Amino acid sequence: MPVPIQSTLGMLGDNLRKRGSALPLSRRAAMAWTRGLDIPRGGETVLYTGQMWQMAPAINAMTHRLARFEGSRLSGLFGFARRMNRLVNLTPLLARSSAAERQAYTDRLRNIARLLKAAGIPFGYLYEDDLYAGGLAHDEGLDTVFVAHAKRIQAVLQRHGVKRVITVDPHTTNMLRSVIPKALPGFSVEVKSYLEVLAERAPPVRRSLDRSATMHDSCVYARYEGVLAEPRALLARGGVRLDETEMSGPLTFCCGGPAEMLFPSRSADVARRRVAQLKAANPEVITACPLCLANLSRVAEPDVRIRDISDYLVEAYAPAEA
Amino acid sequence: MKVDTGFLESLRLGGEFDARLCMNCGTCTALCPLGLEILPRRLFRHALLGDRERVLGESEAIFSCLLCRLCEANCPAGVHIAENVRSLRVVLNGEARGLAEA
Ligand code: SF4
Ligand code: SF4
Repeated sequence: MPVPIQSTLGMLGDNLRKRGSALPLSRRAAMAWTRGLDIPRGGETVLYTGQMWQMAPAINAMTHRLARFEGSRLSGLFGFARRMNRLVNLTPLLARSSAAERQAYTDRLRNIARLLKAAGIPFGYLYEDDLYAGGLAHDEGLDTVFVAHAKRIQAVLQRHGVKRVITVDPHTTNMLRSVIPKALPGFSVEVKSYLEVLAERAPPVRRSLDRSATMHDSCVYARYEGVLAEPRALLARGGVRLDETEMSGPLTFCCGGPAEMLFPSRSADVARRRVAQLKAANPEVITACPLCLANLSRVAEPDVRIRDISDYLVEAYAPAEA
Repeated sequence: MKVDTGFLESLRLGGEFDARLCMNCGTCTALCPLGLEILPRRLFRHALLGDRERVLGESEAIFSCLLCRLCEANCPAGVHIAENVRSLRVVLNGEARGLAEA
């Protein structure tokens, strides 16, 4: 028996509809990563986080707690929990993560901002209007909730006069570039992942890293958005040699993340298989998605080191905080 | 088996349901990280035949799919497997009272 599907999805859908985000994340917490970076508000080109890096630790924490309900009699309580959640936001109880973990994730946003600055690419940020892109509602088939939310995003981007968006994770890239424009025909902003923007700009290498690693491609970058050559070109120029697994690039193997809320133990099995494949190629693993990072790290043994691509790129292209 | 002719129509409304192209070769199941046996081949057949009950009874498989598209990258018939699965979710959510709407 999985976690009760309809009640869990219902809770997330209710949160998105009523509170604008699938998981509890105060506006302050979502913007905290910008501290001291002096990123201008709005502008024609904005860095759009879609709150994915900020939410990933909460998703991870929620998975841990939901895993305890898998197959348990307490599952029956979920219908009740969903009804209560409409009145009082209960998800913080389920999704509490540690401050250190949250910081580790949002530090990746700081990496990305530094990389863009070092490459001379001007960008603004929407601060409280940097909304979650709604991927969960879309993927789980909550189309009414998803379309209503997409309209909010469209309104916000129009109000700020945004023409170009630089995204920082595969899911937000896919939602803004491929999914929302199909659902809302007047939605027209140019959407590029920061990896594509940086690869195009080819900024000078400040420090060659001279090391080897393996790359875990996210399914969404690899098979939905075709972002494969860009991370590799940036890593290669920065001095990282990749030992590729057989299942990489267009044949990449999922981290198991998408099943983590509803089927935590199956999700962990997939993650363990993926970690084993990667470890066989090189125990130093590079990811490019906060959800892949969280899900693979959850099961990796201590001898496997998993880090985000921005950790490498910032060392090669924008070392030492000025 | 009870055939529901409106069922396929409701699937089309949920997304792009193109499972008709499937030639039942089994490549998808062989590659699937979850080894989903029912998806997409059998389940899609049930859907195409309008066997609503059988489809609704498989919600666990439908909601566990990772939408990872590893199957799709290798499907010789070019079926949009992940989008088909998503369409089934839309329909299932509509069936569960109050989930899609307020
Ligand atoms: S790989 Fe494609 S054609 Fe073959 S069984 Fe799966 S969906 Fe059908
Ligand atoms: S998209 Fe779903 S059915 Fe296809 S390989 Fe991935 S998990 Fe299996």
